[in-house]
Amino acid sequence: MNSIKAVKEKLLKKEISAKELTKSYLDRINKYNKDLNIYLTISEKEALEAAERADKLLSEGQDLPLLGLPIALKDLYSTKGIQTTASSKVLEGYIPPFDATAVEKLKNAGAIILGKLNCDAWAHGSSGENSDYGPARNPWNKEYTPGGSSSGSAAAVTADLAVATTGTDTGGSIRLPASFTNTVGLKPTYGRVSRYGIIAMASSLDSIGHFTKTVEDSAIMLNVTAGKDNKDATTPDVPVPDYTKKINENIKGLKIGVPKEYFIEGLDLEIRKAVEDAINFYKSQGVEIVDISLPHTEYAIETYYIIQPAEVSSNLARYDGIRFGNPRKDFGDEAKRRIMLGTFTLSVGYYDAYYKKAMKVRTLIKQDFDKAFEKVDAIIAPVSPNMPWKLGERIDDPLKMYLADVFAAAVNLSGIPGLSVPCGFSNGLPIGMQILGPQFSEELLFRLGHHYEINHDFYKKEPEL
Amino acid sequence: MKPKTHIGLEVHVELKTKSKMFCSCSAQYFGEEPNTHTCPVCLGLPGALPYPNKQAIEWCVKIGLTLNCNIALKSKFDRKNYFYPDLPKGYQISQYDQPFCEKGSIKLSDGKVIGITRVHMEEDTGKLIHETVNNEKVSLIDFNRSSVPLVEIVTEPDFENATQVKEYLQKLQQIVRYLEVSDADMEKGMMRLEPNISISLDGSGKLPNYKVEVKNINSFSFVEKAINYELERQLKELKSGKTPVQETRGWDEKKQQTVSQRIKEEANDYRYFPEPDIPPITWTEEEIEEIRESLPELPDEKIERFIKEYSLPKYDADVLTREKPLADYYEEAINVGRKLSLTPKQIANHLINKKIDIDSVLPAKLVEEISAASKTENINPEELKKVIKQVLMENPQIEADFKKGKENVLQFAIGKVMYIIRKKIDVNVLREFILEELK
Repeated sequence: MNSIKAVKEKLLKKEISAKELTKSYLDRINKYNKDLNIYLTISEKEALEAAERADKLLSEGQDLPLLGLPIALKDLYSTKGIQTTASSKVLEGYIPPFDATAVEKLKNAGAIILGKLNCDAWAHGSSGENSDYGPARNPWNKEYTPGGSSSGSAAAVTADLAVATTGTDTGGSIRLPASFTNTVGLKPTYGRVSRYGIIAMASSLDSIGHFTKTVEDSAIMLNVTAGKDNKDATTPDVPVPDYTKKINENIKGLKIGVPKEYFIEGLDLEIRKAVEDAINFYKSQGVEIVDISLPHTEYAIETYYIIQPAEVSSNLARYDGIRFGNPRKDFGDEAKRRIMLGTFTLSVGYYDAYYKKAMKVRTLIKQDFDKAFEKVDAIIAPVSPNMPWKLGERIDDPLKMYLADVFAAAVNLSGIPGLSVPCGFSNGLPIGMQILGPQFSEELLFRLGHHYEINHDFYKKEPEL
Repeated sequence: MKPKTHIGLEVHVELKTKSKMFCSCSAQYFGEEPNTHTCPVCLGLPGALPYPNKQAIEWCVKIGLTLNCNIALKSKFDRKNYFYPDLPKGYQISQYDQPFCEKGSIKLSDGKVIGITRVHMEEDTGKLIHETVNNEKVSLIDFNRSSVPLVEIVTEPDFENATQVKEYLQKLQQIVRYLEVSDADMEKGMMRLEPNISISLDGSGKLPNYKVEVKNINSFSFVEKAINYELERQLKELKSGKTPVQETRGWDEKKQQTVSQRIKEEANDYRYFPEPDIPPITWTEEEIEEIRESLPELPDEKIERFIKEYSLPKYDADVLTREKPLADYYEEAINVGRKLSLTPKQIANHLINKKIDIDSVLPAKLVEEISAASKTENINPEELKKVIKQVLMENPQIEADFKKGKENVLQFAIGKVMYIIRKKIDVNVLREFILEELK
């Protein structure tokens, strides 16, 4: 299994060169991408050049956290000189003159960028089907969605078309696809990772995270991407620890809350069982399990669907057809839907009733979590109420699509971190749980996730392509 | 009843910070090659984010403090959403319901107090240039000005006439120059004015149900003309029983009149909402006090001090404080002049009457010149008194006119005395002697 840790060891032991490794990944991509539709852009030339540089540094005995590791980026991340489309035809042909801060950091850490990954256009969606370039497919069953919006990012990691990938999570867009693909997905605390250079969906909700094969890999990635950025005013000056350091520490005596609002009627029974098994495992490890309530959870999705489209309508205004080459009519239905919703709720006479009220409910939802974290160290809940669905099944029913994020959105509204960890399979399709903690508690989430992971080994399962 | 005029002003002042409001591009764009002072942030490229310029915010607060505003300890930026080709993000970052400064005032020389509604911070837009290229009419966009810090100062509709408006604008320009936060050069668009004008015929003082905004005014004298033109035009309409149309008009200097530009049926819906990319801005009382203490001496205070400390007439103090560099120059000259026993008044006279170019003559040099020019020969006071008596006797109309209050007759007397003595003596001293004799 090609985790960051495992591949790095091979590189350091010179069992393989960065160039050989990169080539083998490019070969796999060329072989499987046609079927899976995961990569929108393959930056072969740049990747091979970067691999050569990495080999030179490796031969000099340099050690960088991601030196020589082939990764890929959600197509929302601005990449200098490489087309960045947000999976929308509106931005087709747009080549950014600058790298997003996260991209710069990943490059500086020695990572090799294999290419740009498919997603729902502008990150609007939960299945990847809103991509203007066709949906990415779930490597566990190509008839099914890998989840969205970071569909290609999740699929690439589980199909081993990259060692790790980046994503964005505005209302579940990392955690949901992670849970659908047997990968580890981190939605960090809002502001933990700079948003600079990453195409905005809803600015007050967008969290910049990543997909990896293991929890430890997730910690290694966050070590690179986290921190204050002088180009993003919403990144606070909170110290960045070495997130791998405490990963093996004992979890005995910790308290985990189980919120009743996340185990409701309608929750898929297989998912319920898998998550409850995980909770029982923690109990067996000396973790105290506490029943808690997050009473405003039921308003989360409505609140989210006021605030998010409002910000979307403003953030998409710059694509006015004047400067990026393509006309506004190229916007897909979902983007148009959100532009209209947001424009409406921000209009005079409606602002107080919708946006302002939603902001008040947002505060209440955040207070739910604040109160809960006075009693418990972390919370465990399912990521999604449903198993992955077949491509096409929900595409004509936006409301049903929105409800896929019913367990995810409250986390974004609160700004807290969430780690999606594989916890089972049903009919050959993966199940994930999310571990939530207070703001900037990623270290604890990794510790809890790692402990579960090394005792269950779901990460060792790989799909047959 | 007398008709009552209501004039309010919106003034935009461009700050002269080194960098722009939300990025590190140079804000000094004037005369630069188009689109050379740009970056992903001020071009509104996908994913770029604003990072607020702390200095600009502090300067905005300084302006607010100077205008006696309350400074909000918690405020925020908002997005003002509208489409225009010179606005690359599709919204302008501005301030809506929580501006940095509110509820201030400024006093004019006639005692009238003008209410300052608010002073807020925003970013400038790019600039559209309409040209013909290869026989084709095109619109070009220059983003050098995009995101240059702008402070908007809004007054209550308290002005009663164009003279008050002009004085306010001069004062405001003087203040921002004194604070060294803006050059406020009208011709370079660093200071932009938009008066809104209306008249209530019944004189009740209630605001009428319309107002006319005038744009494209780029000098103080045009604003005076535009307001006077508007007042006349509106009064005529009102007197004929019509209500002037609520609209935006522009000043046409060639035609010497305002012309209709855009009829506003209702207020634009800018769909304001809090800018999510910038956390709220907070101050402590101590921080505001620190800024207050850092304020330089302002024109009104300086005038008062000059009158008191240097025994200057109000006129001299006004002229010398009009621009801070001249005031500073004057005080430096006084310092040097002390050694040469020159009085502040002597230096003031010279500076005002001779229109000295303070950029080319150093204060020390100036003081030397004044001193040399005023070197006077000593004369026996008794002899002087004798000559004065003689002149007064020979010219009885001097005393007669003086008693009638005609002070300029003194000048005539001085001339006569000088003519007889034929010596270079201190005119001020001579003047004192003549006054003594006349008493």
